[in-house]
Amino acid sequence: MGVSFKLFKKLNYFDLDVEFSIENELLVIEGSSGAGKTTILNCLAGIVTADEGKITIDEKVLFSHTDKVNIPAEKRNIGYLFQNYALFPNMTVKQNILYGLKNKREYKKKATRKELLEYAGYMMETLGLSHLADKNSNAISGGEKQRVALARAMVTRPSLLLLDEPFSALDENTKSKIYDEFRDFKESLNIPTILITHNHRETQLFADKNITLKEGRIL
Amino acid sequence: MFEPIILSVKVALIATVIAFFLGVFFAYLLTKRKVPGKNIWETILILPMILPPSIVGYLLLKVFGKRGPIGAFLLDTFGVQVVFTWVACVIAASVVALPLMYQNAKGAFQSVDHSYELAAKTLGSSPFKVFRTVTFPLSGPGIVSGIVLTFARALGEFGATLMLAGNIPGKTQTIPTAIYYAVVVGKDEKASALVAIMVVFSFALVFGLNMWLKKKNHKGGW
Repeated sequence: MGVSFKLFKKLNYFDLDVEFSIENELLVIEGSSGAGKTTILNCLAGIVTADEGKITIDEKVLFSHTDKVNIPAEKRNIGYLFQNYALFPNMTVKQNILYGLKNKREYKKKATRKELLEYAGYMMETLGLSHLADKNSNAISGGEKQRVALARAMVTRPSLLLLDEPFSALDENTKSKIYDEFRDFKESLNIPTILITHNHRETQLFADKNITLKEGRIL
Repeated sequence: MFEPIILSVKVALIATVIAFFLGVFFAYLLTKRKVPGKNIWETILILPMILPPSIVGYLLLKVFGKRGPIGAFLLDTFGVQVVFTWVACVIAASVVALPLMYQNAKGAFQSVDHSYELAAKTLGSSPFKVFRTVTFPLSGPGIVSGIVLTFARALGEFGATLMLAGNIPGKTQTIPTAIYYAVVVGKDEKASALVAIMVVFSFALVFGLNMWLKKKNHKGGW
């Protein structure tokens, strides 16, 4: 069980060559800008294809260079929180959160619209977003955007959660508040999670496991 | 006096609808999907904007004429002749206006932040659903601008229309061909009136679009 990956990809200035596995825990990948951190997440999510390697989640192969398996991003069931949050500006907070839920086949078949709304409502309540439900996602603060993006990535119950520098877009005051919130939230996560950062404090605060990346290799 | 105006508006509206669907379809295909020979397709789509309208009209005549591949097919199968009918006006206007719609749609799709599309993908959307729910709605201002310019171009189409549809009063005579004919036969008053209508209408259309886009940009978001 858990997630294991072995990735090799030729990048512009170096080769990305990493291998790791995690259980239901939070792995922090620390490294300076351009070390290849986001490329790892993009390969795991299926946005970028590695040249060689293998990715398995709960023994299901998502990518295997040798077996010629490459499941597309939309079928991987991986939650991804982007560095800029990438909330859809043409939708409200609630619509953003419902977006992924509506796509899931298991929900599509079984759940009614009311049930979907109820579940999204529960998620919003858990993350303290209920009062923002009908607001446009452009009209909320940075900290709120981060929580909406987290709710959106989590609501589909992904088998792996990827967090790409989730705190880097926040100002210092908001950051310390969100750090506390995230530490509490992390306890309830219970899925394999990979957080990348260049901030060592975040490694100290959140990591169950941590690795440092330099020019595509684990130090 | 009013027949060319009514026909022009009818032709421009239908041509805009056709150019909208074709322009958006090709812009989606060529910007978001892997298509072999992309550059060749794109050049063909832009060509009617670069070629003189008389050449476009001539080529259309060769395709839709009685002996042309499509013209002969329509005549043999349905007994329909397209050339020198109002449908020919629509075809000419659609072909000439298509590059404007395509270019605007392409620019609009490319300007959408790629991370929104990637986010939609990781949330389980197929490439077409990403386009339908994220890319297209976020391309709104560019698409609207494309529609307005396409309509204006279709309304003003002259050269290709004259070649393919001729200038038959009450049947294929549009505002631009009516102006041309009025000048040739010395009906200056009629020509001036039609010119005034065209200028005022085009000005209002483009001015309205610019004001609307400014308002949208000021408000931020679509």
